[in-house]
Amino acid sequence: MLTSLSLLNGAGDGGESMNIIMIIYYVISAFLAAMLIWNFIREKKNFDDMILYLIVLIPLLLRVLRIK
Amino acid sequence: MFRQWMIKSILVLIIAALVVLGAIPLYKHRHFNLPIVAGPGVTKVVQLSNYCSGLKGTMADTRVYFLEGKEKGGKALILANNHANEPAGLLAAIIFIENAAVEKGTLIIIPEFNNSASRSTRPGDGYPLYFEIKTGWGKKKFRMGNRDAAPLDQWPDPDVYIHYPDKQLLSFIDTRNTNRTWPGRPDGPLMEKVTFAAMEIMRKEKVDIVLDMHGAETMFPVTNCIVAPEKSSKIATLTSLFVKAGEGFESHVEPSPSGFRGLSHREIGDYSEALPFLLEAPIPFLDQPTGPKTEKLLLDGKDSFLLSLARKKKLFVSYDENGWPMDKRVGQHCSVALEIIRQFSKKLPERGLKILDVPRYAQVVQNGVGHYFHNPARADKKNVYDN
Repeated sequence: MLTSLSLLNGAGDGGESMNIIMIIYYVISAFLAAMLIWNFIREKKNFDDMILYLIVLIPLLLRVLRIK
Repeated sequence: MFRQWMIKSILVLIIAALVVLGAIPLYKHRHFNLPIVAGPGVTKVVQLSNYCSGLKGTMADTRVYFLEGKEKGGKALILANNHANEPAGLLAAIIFIENAAVEKGTLIIIPEFNNSASRSTRPGDGYPLYFEIKTGWGKKKFRMGNRDAAPLDQWPDPDVYIHYPDKQLLSFIDTRNTNRTWPGRPDGPLMEKVTFAAMEIMRKEKVDIVLDMHGAETMFPVTNCIVAPEKSSKIATLTSLFVKAGEGFESHVEPSPSGFRGLSHREIGDYSEALPFLLEAPIPFLDQPTGPKTEKLLLDGKDSFLLSLARKKKLFVSYDENGWPMDKRVGQHCSVALEIIRQFSKKLPERGLKILDVPRYAQVVQNGVGHYFHNPARADKKNVYDN
């Protein structure tokens, strides 16, 4: 995550507002990913929900890891 | 309890395997570098970030090749892969970089103008990640990119893109489209920085003409043409007539609409002294009603659905069983670019350019595009640049 954020551009040349929004979106993605993992761990019975948590997690994980 | 954890572990493993299997090709594609051999005409290679510091260290930064002639003259800037899913321009630009000898004037070439887009792919359209061109020494591999920059590099998209400085409302996706973000600004979103840097090149280097190489669908009316604003239209018209009469292919002139903002052929003309020309070669791969988006379709442009539509006169270009092969599209770009430069040089001899050793349409069609690519493995390492 830190490596990802260090790739963000433009600091100091007036582009900060865009970068801050981008950083916030990465933080939101990481937060949602953490919540999904937490819900997956806590789920005891419903296997459909377990699968759902993991499937929803995929795009968030790919974005936070800066793959897609 | 044990059974529950067992199932959870299996699910996690399955999803992890899916993520890894899906992620590895995308990661490799994003980090795959295209080697270009600087030919005899290349005198220096710099980064686009030299003209806008905000690009430094980002995936939007890209290489700028200078081919400076011994004799002073005018300056031409060639932009390719402005839309990175229209690769004929990129191949034509590489032919110029690897082969051109400039005797008079200066040629500036940015082969991967939207570098971020060239390292992305189009979600849901099943694009191939790469394509290969046959050469005399093997196959040369290229990234197949997307029209817009990767969201990894510029995110999130706004609900509506408000063009700068005209405030025209454009589609949200156009905030990542470097052919909607002209003339750009140094403190705007990343793609506005890319176009701003190009404008800075034009202003600082006193560029006379700009050639922006694209591809367009056969079902789109603005295809197989030169798009030019009022101030470029005379040279564009002469070019169109000369290539038709001398080389036997069509490339008609389309006027640049003054009310549609953000496009290179509009804003470059309005915000600099340069004469802009946008070159469109047909690319059947981009048409919607085609078969699968394969590497073969990209290269040969043959599609039975388009053929059927051509028979019903639904296309804006002539189309038959031969499709619209890459060699033809690249050859058109080379010839139209050379002809525009020639016509400009005739009109303003003191600002003219003299470029040798770049093949024209007939030669590219006869020999194939790959004939003009040099082997990076055999070239002097100091002349090989990753792009």
